[in-house]
Amino acid sequence: MQLLEFQAKEIFREYGINLLPSKSSTNIEDGRKHAQELGFPFVIKIQVPVGGRGKAGGIQKCQNMDEFELKYPQVMDLKIKGEKARAILLEKMADIKQELYLSLFLNRSKRCYTIIASNEGGVEIESVKSQIIKEVGLGEVSDEIANQVAKEMGLQGKTADGFVDTLKKLSKITIEKEAELVEINPLAIMQDDSIMALDGKFVTDDNSNFRHPELEKYQEKTAIEERAEKSGFSLVELDGDIAVVGNGAGLVMSTLDMLSDNGGKPACFLDVGGGATTESVYEALTLISKLDRVKGILVNLYGGIVKTTVVAEAFLKAYEDNLIDLPVFSRLKGTESEKAKEMLQGSRTKIFDTVEEAINAAVMGVKK
Amino acid sequence: MTDIFGLLKGKPEDSDYMKKGVIVQGITGAYGSLHAKNMITYGTNVVAGVTPGKGGQKFEDKVPVFNTMQEAVDATNAKISIVFVPAKFFLQAAKDALNAGIKLLVAIPEHVPIRDTMEALALANEKGATIIGPNTPGIMIPELIKIGIMPAMPFKAGKIAVLSKSGTLLYEISDALTKRGYGQSITIGIGGDPVNGTRLIDAFDMVKDIPDLEGLVVVGEIGGDSEEMLAQRIIDSGFNKPTVAYIAGRAAPKEKRMGHAGAIVMGNYGSAESKVSMFNKANIPVAKRPADVPVLLAGKMGKSD
Repeated sequence: MQLLEFQAKEIFREYGINLLPSKSSTNIEDGRKHAQELGFPFVIKIQVPVGGRGKAGGIQKCQNMDEFELKYPQVMDLKIKGEKARAILLEKMADIKQELYLSLFLNRSKRCYTIIASNEGGVEIESVKSQIIKEVGLGEVSDEIANQVAKEMGLQGKTADGFVDTLKKLSKITIEKEAELVEINPLAIMQDDSIMALDGKFVTDDNSNFRHPELEKYQEKTAIEERAEKSGFSLVELDGDIAVVGNGAGLVMSTLDMLSDNGGKPACFLDVGGGATTESVYEALTLISKLDRVKGILVNLYGGIVKTTVVAEAFLKAYEDNLIDLPVFSRLKGTESEKAKEMLQGSRTKIFDTVEEAINAAVMGVKK
Repeated sequence: MTDIFGLLKGKPEDSDYMKKGVIVQGITGAYGSLHAKNMITYGTNVVAGVTPGKGGQKFEDKVPVFNTMQEAVDATNAKISIVFVPAKFFLQAAKDALNAGIKLLVAIPEHVPIRDTMEALALANEKGATIIGPNTPGIMIPELIKIGIMPAMPFKAGKIAVLSKSGTLLYEISDALTKRGYGQSITIGIGGDPVNGTRLIDAFDMVKDIPDLEGLVVVGEIGGDSEEMLAQRIIDSGFNKPTVAYIAGRAAPKEKRMGHAGAIVMGNYGSAESKVSMFNKANIPVAKRPADVPVLLAGKMGKSD
C-alpha cells in the first residue's frame, strides 16, 4: 500500500526521524483548532497518494487566519491527477538552508535495497543529475556505508551526523515494515545545521500485509475495491466510461492498452483471475454495476478450458436480474463459442472472434 | 548458469531421460490436485506428492503421497518440484524442498511476500538450485514436459523460445505463434511479482544457446527494469536470433498496481516507454498488440535468412 505524507510521518516520528510540528485534519473546524495550536506561519498541504502537489497548487503558505479561511477550502477542493484530498496537513514553516534527497528502495532485479541520495532535493529525482546510488544488501545500512554516503554528499559536522542518523532510521523502517520504497524529498538542512524530513513517501509490499496489523489503519480501499479483493479479483478504478474485464493481469493490461490506442477510455481494470465461471463473471458484472460512469463493458477472456457458454449464462443472468443495463462487447476464447453466440442472440451482449473487433465495437457503441 | 534442458530432459545415458520425475508440493489441495492431474495427462512424470499429514495415501491410485519433502526425494530421487501451497506457507515449502536436494523449484503461489521470496532465493543460491516464480504459470517444453498450470492447447513443439511475465498473455501469444506455424522449444513463465527467482536475463541465458533455436519472444509488462536489463544483455551478448517483444501496460496509470504485485510504475521506474526504448536500442521490435507478435517475428525471420 502507499501511505499518505502524514501517515508516513507518523511512522517516521515513531522511529525518531526529525520532523516539524504538524497536524492533519479532514474538515476546517479541526483545521482551525490545529491552526491555533501550531501558530502562524504554517503550510497547508493536500494529502493525496500522487506526486506533483506543489505545482498543482496543493501546498500553500499561510500567514494569518484570513488566509487560512480562504486557502484551506481551496486546497481541500483540489484534485491532483484526478485524486481528491484525503486530508489536509498543516505544518510549521521551516527555515531551510538546503534541500537534499534521500530514499531507500527495493531494487527488484538486483534483489537488494538501494540508497539514492542527492544534494538536489525538492524536485523529482529523475530530473536530478548528481545522484549517489548504493546497493546495500538486505540488512540494515551500516554506520560505515551511511558515513560514506554523507561524505560523498559533502556533508560535515552536525549535518553529517544528522544525515547518517536519518539514513539508518530509514533503513530500519524499510526492513521492519517490509517497504518497497521509503523516500524523503526534500530532506532539509536547517539554519542550525540540523536535518529535518519535510516530506515522506512510503510504499509497502501488499503481500506482507498479514504480518503488519499496525499498518492496517492506513489501508485505503473503496467499498468496491474491498469487495473485489474478497472475490479474489484485482480492480483499479479509472476515469473513462468503458469497463475492462478479463482473466489475468497481463491480458487485462493489454486490453486496456489496445482500447486506449483506439480512442476508448477505460473505466476500470478488472482482473477476475485465472479461470472464468458463471459465478465469477456474474460477480464482476455486479462490481461494474456499482461504478456509475460506465457506458459499456469490454470483456476479454482467454482460457484453454473455459466454456464460453458458461460465461454467456452469466451475461444472461445479469440482464435477467436487472443487474446491468449496459451493452457488453466480448471476446471469449474457449470452447462452444458458436453455441454461446446463439444463446446471446437478441441480448445486449455481442461476442466477437477477436479482441480488436470487440474493442472497435465498444468504442463505437459508447459514442452513441 | 542453470542447465535447464539438463534438468527438464536429462541426458540420453540417464535412466530417466525424457521422463524426469516431478514432485507436487500440496498435491491433495483443490488447486494442486487439479493441476497434478493435468500435468500427468500432459505426460509429465509426476512421481510423488507431499502434504503433511497425508503421507501413505495414493494420489489418483498411483502417485505416492509423503509427509515431507525429504521422504519424497529419498524415495524418488527427483530433482524437480512444483509448489501449490498458500502464499503464507511458501517459504517453508521452498526451504523443505531445497534442503531435500531439489534443484528446480517452480513456485505457483501468488501473493508471496517479497522478503520470503528473497529468503528462498538466498537458500537456492547457496544450494545451487533454481527457482521459477513465484506467481508464475510455470515452465514447459511443449509435447514433452509441463510443470505448471498452463492449458495444453496453445502450445506446440517447435523452435521458438517464449519468456513471459504474464500467464494469460503467454497462452495468448503462444497460441498465435502456434497458429502461424511457430512451435515453441521452451516457454518460461517469469511471474508477475516484483522479485523473480528467474529474471528475464536468467531465462535468456537458459535458452540463448539452444542449438536449433530459431527465434525468441519476450512478453514483458510495466514494473521494475527486468526488460531493460534483458535488452542490454542481448546487445552485449551479440545474440542474433530473430527476437520480438511485447510490453503490456502502456496505458496504465502511474503508481497503481495493475493486478500483478510487480506491475507498478513508480516515478519513471518501470514505465513502458523505458522498456520499449531499450528494446528499440537493441533492434528488437515491440508489438503493439499480442496478435502482431507472430507477424513481426515472421518479418524478422525473413530478414535474417
